[in-house]
Amino acid sequence: MKFDYDIIVVGAGPAGSTAARYAAVGGAKVLILEKDRDVGYPVRCGEAVSHEGVIQFIQPDPKWIASTVTKFRLVAPNGKSVVPRLDGAGYVLERRIFDYELAKLAAKEGAEVVTKAYVYDLLREEGNIVGVRALIKDKKVDIRAKIVIAADGVESRVGKWAGINTTCHIRDMESCAQMTISGIDVEEDVLDFYFGDEVSPGGYLWVFPKGKKTANVGLGLAVEEAKKKSAIKFLQEFVDKKFPHAAILTHIAGGVPCAKTCDKIVKENVLLVGDAAHQVNPVSGGGIISGMIGGMIGGQVAAEAVQSGKVSHLSEYEKRWHKRLGWRHDVFYNIKTAISYFDDSTLNNICESALKLPEEKRTLGGIFRTALWNQPSMLLDVAKVFVS
Amino acid sequence: MAQPYLMIHIVPGKCDFCGCCVGSCPEDAIELQESKIAIIEERCTNCRKCVWACPWEVIEFHRDGIADLPNEIPQHLNQVVEF
Repeated sequence: MKFDYDIIVVGAGPAGSTAARYAAVGGAKVLILEKDRDVGYPVRCGEAVSHEGVIQFIQPDPKWIASTVTKFRLVAPNGKSVVPRLDGAGYVLERRIFDYELAKLAAKEGAEVVTKAYVYDLLREEGNIVGVRALIKDKKVDIRAKIVIAADGVESRVGKWAGINTTCHIRDMESCAQMTISGIDVEEDVLDFYFGDEVSPGGYLWVFPKGKKTANVGLGLAVEEAKKKSAIKFLQEFVDKKFPHAAILTHIAGGVPCAKTCDKIVKENVLLVGDAAHQVNPVSGGGIISGMIGGMIGGQVAAEAVQSGKVSHLSEYEKRWHKRLGWRHDVFYNIKTAISYFDDSTLNNICESALKLPEEKRTLGGIFRTALWNQPSMLLDVAKVFVS
Repeated sequence: MAQPYLMIHIVPGKCDFCGCCVGSCPEDAIELQESKIAIIEERCTNCRKCVWACPWEVIEFHRDGIADLPNEIPQHLNQVVEF
C-alpha cells in the first residue's frame, strides 16, 4: 500500500468493488478501504438478484449461487397466495462469496484492497479535499487521492463530511432483521414474499431458499411502524410460528434506504455510490444490481476525470445515473408511497383478483394491473414508467 | 442544538453494527466502527430516530438521562481469547 492514489473507494460491497473495478479499467490507480476485517461479511441482505441484472457484470458461477429461482409466491395477509411466473431466472446468492469475487475482479484490474481500514474523516488542505484519514489496524494514516468514492453503505458518513445530506428520512428507512435458518422444507425455486400488518407493516417479509433445507428469512418494516415493535420481534414471531423447529444459523440486523436517490451524489471531488447514495429500488428494497450500476458509472466517470485532469467532469456522474436508473427510482418511489397505503383488506382483494386471472396472465405485470384497480392514483406513475 | 444531557443509551454488548441508526441520524452524532459504536454527545439532540430505527432494540431512550445506567461492556467481550 502506498499513500497516494488517483481514487480511493470507501467500502468494499458490490457498489464499491464495482466502482473500483471500472475506475481501474479506466486507467486510474485505485485503493479500496473496507472497515470490516473481511470483504462480504457480515451479510446484511436478502441476497436475491435477477439473471439479467447480474450478467451485466459477472458470469453466473455455481460457487456463489445458492439457489436458482423461477417463481415468486406472494402471500396475502389472510394466508392465500398467488404464484406469478418470473420473466427469466433469478438467483439467491451466497453474498460472502459473491462480494469476494467482485473484489477479486477489481483487484484483477489493478485496484488495491485493504481491510480493517476505518475511514474516520476526509483529509483537507486549504479547504480542498485531498484524501481520507483512516485507522488501519488501529494506526492513524492519511492517504491522498484526487477523488474519493463513498460506497460506505446505509451508515455513510463520508458524504456528510463532504457536505452532502445523506440522512434517510425515517419515513423511508426500512428497519431489517434477517436470519439464516436450516432444517426446514422450502421449495428450491420459489421466492416467498409475505405481506400484511401482522408480519411486516409498511414492508414485506421474505423467505428465500438457499438449497432445499435452508433459507434466508428476513423482513423490512417502515421505521414509523417499528416505533411500536422492533424488526427482530416481528421476525422472531414469524419464525416461531412458521418454522418452529428451525435451526437458526445466523441472526443479523440491517437497514435499507428505500428513498429516491440523494439530491446530490457529487460534491467537489467526492462521489456517492450504492446505498450511500440511496441507489436502491424503493419498491423492492433491492440494491445489489442498482448499486453496482451506480458504482460502474461512478467508477467510469471518476477515471475519465482523472485522465482529463478536470474534477468538474464528475457532474457527469449525476447525469448518467439519472438517465440510466435514477428517473426510474423516482417513479418507483411514488409507486411505493401509494402501495404503503394499502391496508390488509386491499392486499387480500388484490390476491383474490389475481387468483381469478387465467394462469398464463398471472405474471407480476398482470397482478400489478389488478392492483391498479384498487389504487387508480398509481396509474399516472405507472404510465410514466412505460412512456419513456 | 445539543440538549443539556444525553437520554439515548446504547445497551452494552448488544449492538450488531448494522448502521441503521447512523443512516437515520440527522446530526451525524453516531460513530460506528467494525465492532465499536458510540454517540457523540455534543451533537445528539435526543430526537430518538435511532431508537426507532434500530432493528435489534439496542438503543434505548431514558427521559431522566443515562448517567445512572450501567455503561461497562461485559468483561468477556474485551478479553483476548487465545487458542
